[in-house]
Amino acid sequence: MSKNDRSPWFLPVIYVGGLIFGFGLAISGMARPEVVLDFLQFEDLGLLFVMGGAAVVTGITFAGATRYLDRAPLTASEYTRRVKDLDRNVIVGGTIFGVGWGVSGICPGAAYASVGIGNYPILWAIGGMFLGAYVQGYWRTFRSDDAAGVTEVLSN
Amino acid sequence: MSLSMVPFAVSGFFPRGIMPYLFGGLLVGFGTAVIYLATNITAGASTFLESTLSYVSNVSRFNRLDYVQSRDWRLVFTAGIVSGAAVYGFVLHPGGWTTNVQWWRLLGGGILVGAGTRLGKGCTSGHGVCGVGSLSNTSIVNVGTFLVVAIGTAQLVQALGVAP
Repeated sequence: MSKNDRSPWFLPVIYVGGLIFGFGLAISGMARPEVVLDFLQFEDLGLLFVMGGAAVVTGITFAGATRYLDRAPLTASEYTRRVKDLDRNVIVGGTIFGVGWGVSGICPGAAYASVGIGNYPILWAIGGMFLGAYVQGYWRTFRSDDAAGVTEVLSN
Repeated sequence: MSLSMVPFAVSGFFPRGIMPYLFGGLLVGFGTAVIYLATNITAGASTFLESTLSYVSNVSRFNRLDYVQSRDWRLVFTAGIVSGAAVYGFVLHPGGWTTNVQWWRLLGGGILVGAGTRLGKGCTSGHGVCGVGSLSNTSIVNVGTFLVVAIGTAQLVQALGVAP
Protein backbone atom coordinates (compact mmCIF):
# COMPACT_ATOMS: atom_id res chain seq x y z
CA MET A 1 0.00 0.00 0.00
CA SER A 2 1.43 3.34 -0.96
CA LYS A 3 1.39 6.11 1.56
CA ASN A 4 -0.15 8.38 -1.09
CA ASP A 5 -3.37 6.36 -1.13
CA ARG A 6 -3.90 6.96 2.55
CA SER A 7 -6.62 9.19 3.84
CA PRO A 8 -5.62 11.90 6.34
CA TRP A 9 -7.75 9.90 8.79
CA PHE A 10 -5.38 6.93 8.57
CA LEU A 11 -3.19 7.68 11.60
CA PRO A 12 -6.04 9.07 13.78
CA VAL A 13 -8.08 5.91 13.24
CA ILE A 14 -5.06 3.67 13.97
CA TYR A 15 -4.61 5.66 17.18
CA VAL A 16 -8.26 5.26 18.20
CA GLY A 17 -8.16 1.53 17.39
CA GLY A 18 -5.05 1.21 19.57
CA LEU A 19 -6.78 3.18 22.30
CA ILE A 20 -9.72 0.77 22.40
CA PHE A 21 -7.31 -2.19 22.20
CA GLY A 22 -5.23 -0.88 25.12
CA PHE A 23 -8.30 -0.01 27.19
CA GLY A 24 -9.55 -3.57 26.67
CA LEU A 25 -6.18 -5.04 27.66
CA ALA A 26 -6.21 -2.96 30.84
CA ILE A 27 -9.76 -4.00 31.83
CA SER A 28 -9.04 -7.64 31.01
CA GLY A 29 -6.11 -7.98 33.39
CA MET A 30 -3.76 -9.09 30.59
CA ALA A 31 -1.58 -6.08 31.41
CA ARG A 32 -0.96 -7.49 34.86
CA PRO A 33 1.71 -10.24 34.91
CA GLU A 34 0.23 -11.75 38.10
CA VAL A 35 -3.12 -12.37 36.37
CA VAL A 36 -1.43 -14.03 33.39
CA LEU A 37 0.66 -16.23 35.70
CA ASP A 38 -2.50 -17.19 37.64
CA PHE A 39 -3.98 -18.30 34.32
CA LEU A 40 -0.92 -20.36 33.38
CA GLN A 41 -0.93 -21.96 36.83
CA PHE A 42 -4.65 -22.85 36.52
CA GLU A 43 -5.66 -20.60 39.39
CA ASP A 44 -7.84 -18.28 37.29
CA LEU A 45 -8.85 -19.29 33.79
CA GLY A 46 -10.52 -15.96 32.99
CA LEU A 47 -7.96 -15.15 30.29
CA LEU A 48 -9.58 -17.76 28.08
CA PHE A 49 -12.41 -15.26 27.74
CA VAL A 50 -10.04 -12.47 26.73
CA MET A 51 -8.45 -14.33 23.85
CA GLY A 52 -11.69 -16.11 22.98
CA GLY A 53 -13.82 -12.96 23.09
CA ALA A 54 -11.33 -11.02 21.01
CA ALA A 55 -10.92 -13.81 18.43
CA VAL A 56 -14.70 -14.13 18.00
CA VAL A 57 -15.04 -10.40 17.26
CA THR A 58 -12.13 -10.36 14.81
CA GLY A 59 -13.29 -13.65 13.26
CA ILE A 60 -16.74 -12.25 12.49
CA THR A 61 -15.20 -9.00 11.23
CA PHE A 62 -12.67 -10.66 8.91
CA ALA A 63 -15.19 -13.15 7.54
CA GLY A 64 -17.84 -10.46 6.97
CA ALA A 65 -15.49 -7.93 5.38
CA THR A 66 -13.78 -10.34 2.99
CA ARG A 67 -17.14 -11.74 1.91
CA TYR A 68 -19.43 -8.72 1.79
CA LEU A 69 -17.31 -5.58 1.64
CA ASP A 70 -15.11 -4.23 -1.12
CA ARG A 71 -12.26 -1.93 -0.12
CA ALA A 72 -11.05 -0.42 3.13
CA PRO A 73 -12.04 3.27 3.01
CA LEU A 74 -8.83 4.77 4.39
CA THR A 75 -6.31 2.86 2.25
CA ALA A 76 -8.36 1.84 -0.83
CA SER A 77 -6.97 -1.63 -0.13
CA GLU A 78 -9.08 -4.68 -0.90
CA TYR A 79 -10.05 -6.67 2.22
CA THR A 80 -7.78 -9.69 2.60
CA ARG A 81 -6.75 -12.16 5.26
CA ARG A 82 -3.09 -12.13 5.97
CA VAL A 83 -2.09 -15.77 6.20
CA LYS A 84 1.49 -16.54 7.16
CA ASP A 85 3.45 -19.60 6.10
CA LEU A 86 3.64 -22.49 8.51
CA ASP A 87 7.27 -23.47 8.86
CA ARG A 88 9.70 -24.59 11.54
CA ASN A 89 10.20 -21.02 12.77
CA VAL A 90 6.54 -20.84 13.81
CA ILE A 91 7.04 -23.76 16.18
CA VAL A 92 10.52 -22.83 17.42
CA GLY A 93 9.44 -19.19 17.90
CA GLY A 94 6.23 -20.25 19.65
CA THR A 95 8.26 -22.43 22.01
CA ILE A 96 10.71 -19.64 22.89
CA PHE A 97 7.81 -17.22 23.34
CA GLY A 98 6.02 -19.76 25.53
CA VAL A 99 9.01 -20.08 27.88
CA GLY A 100 9.27 -16.29 28.11
CA TRP A 101 5.52 -15.86 28.70
CA GLY A 102 5.60 -18.57 31.40
CA VAL A 103 8.59 -16.99 33.15
CA SER A 104 7.40 -13.38 33.09
CA GLY A 105 3.63 -13.32 32.45
CA ILE A 106 4.05 -10.59 29.85
CA CYS A 107 3.46 -10.37 26.10
CA PRO A 108 4.05 -7.40 23.80
CA GLY A 109 0.62 -5.70 23.61
CA ALA A 110 -0.11 -6.26 27.27
CA ALA A 111 3.32 -4.87 28.22
CA TYR A 112 2.68 -1.62 26.30
CA ALA A 113 -0.69 -1.34 28.03
CA SER A 114 0.98 -1.91 31.38
CA VAL A 115 3.14 1.17 30.80
CA GLY A 116 -0.04 3.23 30.42
CA ILE A 117 -1.22 2.04 33.81
CA GLY A 118 1.97 3.34 35.39
CA ASN A 119 3.54 -0.06 35.96
CA TYR A 120 7.14 1.15 35.55
CA PRO A 121 8.82 -2.19 36.47
CA ILE A 122 7.37 -3.50 33.18
CA LEU A 123 10.08 -1.46 31.45
CA TRP A 124 12.44 -4.33 32.32
CA ALA A 125 10.25 -6.55 30.18
CA ILE A 126 9.96 -4.06 27.33
CA GLY A 127 13.72 -3.51 27.34
CA GLY A 128 14.11 -7.29 27.27
CA MET A 129 11.69 -7.63 24.34
CA PHE A 130 13.64 -5.10 22.26
CA LEU A 131 16.87 -6.87 23.16
CA GLY A 132 15.40 -10.26 22.20
CA ALA A 133 14.00 -8.90 18.94
CA TYR A 134 17.37 -7.31 18.17
CA VAL A 135 19.31 -10.49 18.84
CA GLN A 136 17.06 -12.58 16.60
CA GLY A 137 17.14 -9.94 13.85
CA TYR A 138 20.91 -9.69 14.03
CA TRP A 139 21.26 -13.46 14.00
CA ARG A 140 18.91 -13.90 11.04
CA THR A 141 20.62 -11.14 9.06
CA PHE A 142 23.99 -12.72 9.70
CA ARG A 143 22.70 -16.19 8.88
CA SER A 144 21.07 -15.01 5.63
CA ASP A 145 24.56 -14.65 4.17
CA ASP A 146 24.60 -18.42 3.79
CA ALA A 147 22.45 -20.45 1.42
CA ALA A 148 19.75 -21.41 3.92
CA GLY A 149 19.02 -17.76 4.54
CA VAL A 150 18.76 -16.95 0.85
CA THR A 151 16.03 -19.50 0.25
CA GLU A 152 14.23 -18.15 3.28
CA VAL A 153 14.30 -14.61 1.88
CA LEU A 154 12.96 -15.86 -1.44
CA SER A 155 10.13 -17.80 0.18
CA ASN A 156 9.01 -14.70 2.04
CA MET B 1 -11.68 -34.52 45.77
CA SER B 2 -15.16 -35.76 46.58
CA LEU B 3 -17.99 -35.44 44.08
CA SER B 4 -19.76 -32.77 46.15
CA MET B 5 -16.78 -30.49 45.66
CA VAL B 6 -17.02 -30.46 41.87
CA PRO B 7 -19.23 -27.32 41.54
CA PHE B 8 -16.91 -25.47 43.88
CA ALA B 9 -13.92 -26.60 41.87
CA VAL B 10 -15.46 -25.30 38.64
CA SER B 11 -16.26 -21.87 40.08
CA GLY B 12 -12.82 -21.95 41.66
CA PHE B 13 -11.34 -21.69 38.18
CA PHE B 14 -12.86 -18.20 37.90
CA PRO B 15 -12.24 -16.56 41.27
CA ARG B 16 -12.60 -13.08 39.81
CA GLY B 17 -15.61 -13.95 37.66
CA ILE B 18 -15.54 -13.73 33.89
CA MET B 19 -17.04 -10.32 33.09
CA PRO B 20 -13.90 -8.14 33.14
CA TYR B 21 -12.14 -10.74 31.02
CA LEU B 22 -14.93 -11.09 28.52
CA PHE B 23 -15.60 -7.35 28.27
CA GLY B 24 -11.87 -6.61 27.93
CA GLY B 25 -11.50 -9.31 25.27
CA LEU B 26 -14.45 -7.98 23.25
CA LEU B 27 -12.86 -4.51 23.35
CA VAL B 28 -9.49 -5.89 22.21
CA GLY B 29 -11.32 -7.50 19.29
CA PHE B 30 -13.28 -4.31 18.63
CA GLY B 31 -10.11 -2.18 18.51
CA THR B 32 -8.60 -4.66 16.04
CA ALA B 33 -11.82 -4.63 14.00
CA VAL B 34 -11.89 -0.81 13.79
CA ILE B 35 -8.37 -0.77 12.35
CA TYR B 36 -9.09 -3.65 9.97
CA LEU B 37 -12.38 -2.24 8.67
CA ALA B 38 -10.83 1.18 8.11
CA THR B 39 -7.51 0.04 6.59
CA ASN B 40 -7.40 -3.72 5.88
CA ILE B 41 -4.52 -3.95 8.36
CA THR B 42 -4.50 -6.89 10.80
CA ALA B 43 -2.66 -5.23 13.64
CA GLY B 44 -0.39 -7.34 15.82
CA ALA B 45 1.56 -5.80 18.65
CA SER B 46 4.95 -7.53 18.30
CA THR B 47 6.06 -6.33 14.84
CA PHE B 48 6.42 -2.93 16.52
CA LEU B 49 9.63 -4.28 18.09
CA GLU B 50 11.39 -4.95 14.79
CA SER B 51 9.89 -2.04 12.87
CA THR B 52 10.91 0.41 15.61
CA LEU B 53 14.45 -1.00 15.64
CA SER B 54 14.69 0.10 12.00
CA TYR B 55 14.84 3.72 13.19
CA VAL B 56 18.08 3.08 15.04
CA SER B 57 19.74 0.02 13.48
CA ASN B 58 21.27 -0.67 10.09
CA VAL B 59 20.81 -4.44 10.46
CA SER B 60 19.08 -5.44 7.23
CA ARG B 61 16.45 -7.62 8.93
CA PHE B 62 14.89 -4.53 10.51
CA ASN B 63 15.05 -2.48 7.33
CA ARG B 64 12.83 -4.70 5.23
CA LEU B 65 10.47 -2.58 3.16
CA ASP B 66 7.33 -3.68 5.03
CA TYR B 67 8.86 -2.73 8.38
CA VAL B 68 10.11 0.66 7.20
CA GLN B 69 6.75 1.39 5.55
CA SER B 70 4.75 0.40 8.61
CA ARG B 71 6.96 1.73 11.40
CA ASP B 72 5.20 5.10 11.67
CA TRP B 73 1.69 3.73 12.10
CA ARG B 74 2.98 1.00 14.43
CA LEU B 75 4.36 3.72 16.71
CA VAL B 76 0.95 5.42 16.61
CA PHE B 77 -0.83 2.11 17.31
CA THR B 78 1.42 1.47 20.31
CA ALA B 79 0.89 5.03 21.56
CA GLY B 80 -2.84 4.31 21.31
CA ILE B 81 -2.45 1.13 23.40
CA VAL B 82 -0.51 3.02 26.08
CA SER B 83 -3.09 5.83 26.11
CA GLY B 84 -6.07 3.49 26.23
CA ALA B 85 -4.62 1.69 29.23
CA ALA B 86 -3.86 5.08 30.82
CA VAL B 87 -7.52 6.06 30.47
CA TYR B 88 -8.38 2.94 32.45
CA GLY B 89 -5.53 3.18 34.97
CA PHE B 90 -5.65 6.89 35.71
CA VAL B 91 -9.19 8.04 34.89
CA LEU B 92 -11.41 5.08 35.79
CA HIS B 93 -9.19 3.60 38.49
CA PRO B 94 -6.90 6.46 39.51
CA GLY B 95 -3.59 5.50 41.01
CA GLY B 96 -2.49 2.65 38.82
CA TRP B 97 -0.41 -0.17 40.24
CA THR B 98 2.95 -1.83 39.81
CA THR B 99 3.76 -5.50 39.45
CA ASN B 100 5.46 -7.54 42.15
CA VAL B 101 6.99 -9.95 39.65
CA GLN B 102 10.76 -9.72 40.09
CA TRP B 103 12.82 -7.67 37.66
CA TRP B 104 14.95 -10.59 36.48
CA ARG B 105 11.84 -12.57 35.53
CA LEU B 106 10.54 -9.57 33.56
CA LEU B 107 13.89 -9.01 31.84
CA GLY B 108 14.69 -12.66 31.12
CA GLY B 109 11.12 -13.45 30.06
CA GLY B 110 11.06 -10.29 27.96
CA ILE B 111 14.18 -11.31 26.02
CA LEU B 112 12.65 -14.69 25.19
CA VAL B 113 9.27 -13.11 24.34
CA GLY B 114 10.95 -10.60 22.02
CA ALA B 115 13.00 -13.25 20.22
CA GLY B 116 10.20 -15.84 20.14
CA THR B 117 7.43 -13.62 18.80
CA ARG B 118 9.59 -12.33 15.99
CA LEU B 119 10.92 -15.74 15.01
CA GLY B 120 7.41 -17.21 15.31
CA LYS B 121 5.87 -14.38 13.24
CA GLY B 122 3.51 -13.07 15.89
CA CYS B 123 2.33 -12.93 19.47
CA THR B 124 -0.85 -13.17 21.51
CA SER B 125 -2.48 -10.42 19.43
CA GLY B 126 -1.09 -11.19 15.95
CA HIS B 127 -1.54 -14.97 16.15
CA GLY B 128 -3.82 -15.30 19.19
CA VAL B 129 -6.43 -12.74 18.17
CA CYS B 130 -6.04 -11.92 14.46
CA GLY B 131 -4.67 -15.27 13.31
CA VAL B 132 -7.04 -17.46 15.31
CA GLY B 133 -9.87 -15.14 14.21
CA SER B 134 -8.86 -15.91 10.60
CA LEU B 135 -8.76 -19.64 11.38
CA SER B 136 -5.14 -19.61 10.13
CA ASN B 137 -3.46 -22.99 10.65
CA THR B 138 -0.13 -21.26 11.22
CA SER B 139 -1.57 -19.20 14.04
CA ILE B 140 -3.44 -22.09 15.63
CA VAL B 141 -0.21 -24.14 15.67
CA ASN B 142 1.73 -21.20 17.13
CA VAL B 143 -0.85 -20.47 19.83
CA GLY B 144 -1.16 -24.14 20.76
CA THR B 145 2.63 -24.37 21.04
CA PHE B 146 3.12 -21.29 23.19
CA LEU B 147 0.15 -22.07 25.45
CA VAL B 148 1.38 -25.57 26.25
CA VAL B 149 4.99 -24.43 26.76
CA ALA B 150 3.99 -21.40 28.84
CA ILE B 151 1.76 -23.50 31.11
CA GLY B 152 4.57 -26.01 31.62
CA THR B 153 7.08 -23.24 32.30
CA ALA B 154 4.85 -21.34 34.73
CA GLN B 155 4.05 -24.53 36.63
CA LEU B 156 7.75 -25.38 36.82
CA VAL B 157 8.65 -21.88 38.05
CA GLN B 158 5.94 -22.20 40.69
CA ALA B 159 7.12 -25.67 41.70
CA LEU B 160 10.63 -24.28 42.15
CA GLY B 161 9.15 -21.91 44.68
CA VAL B 162 9.80 -18.68 42.74
CA ALA B 163 7.29 -16.03 43.80
CA PRO B 164 6.19 -13.54 42.93
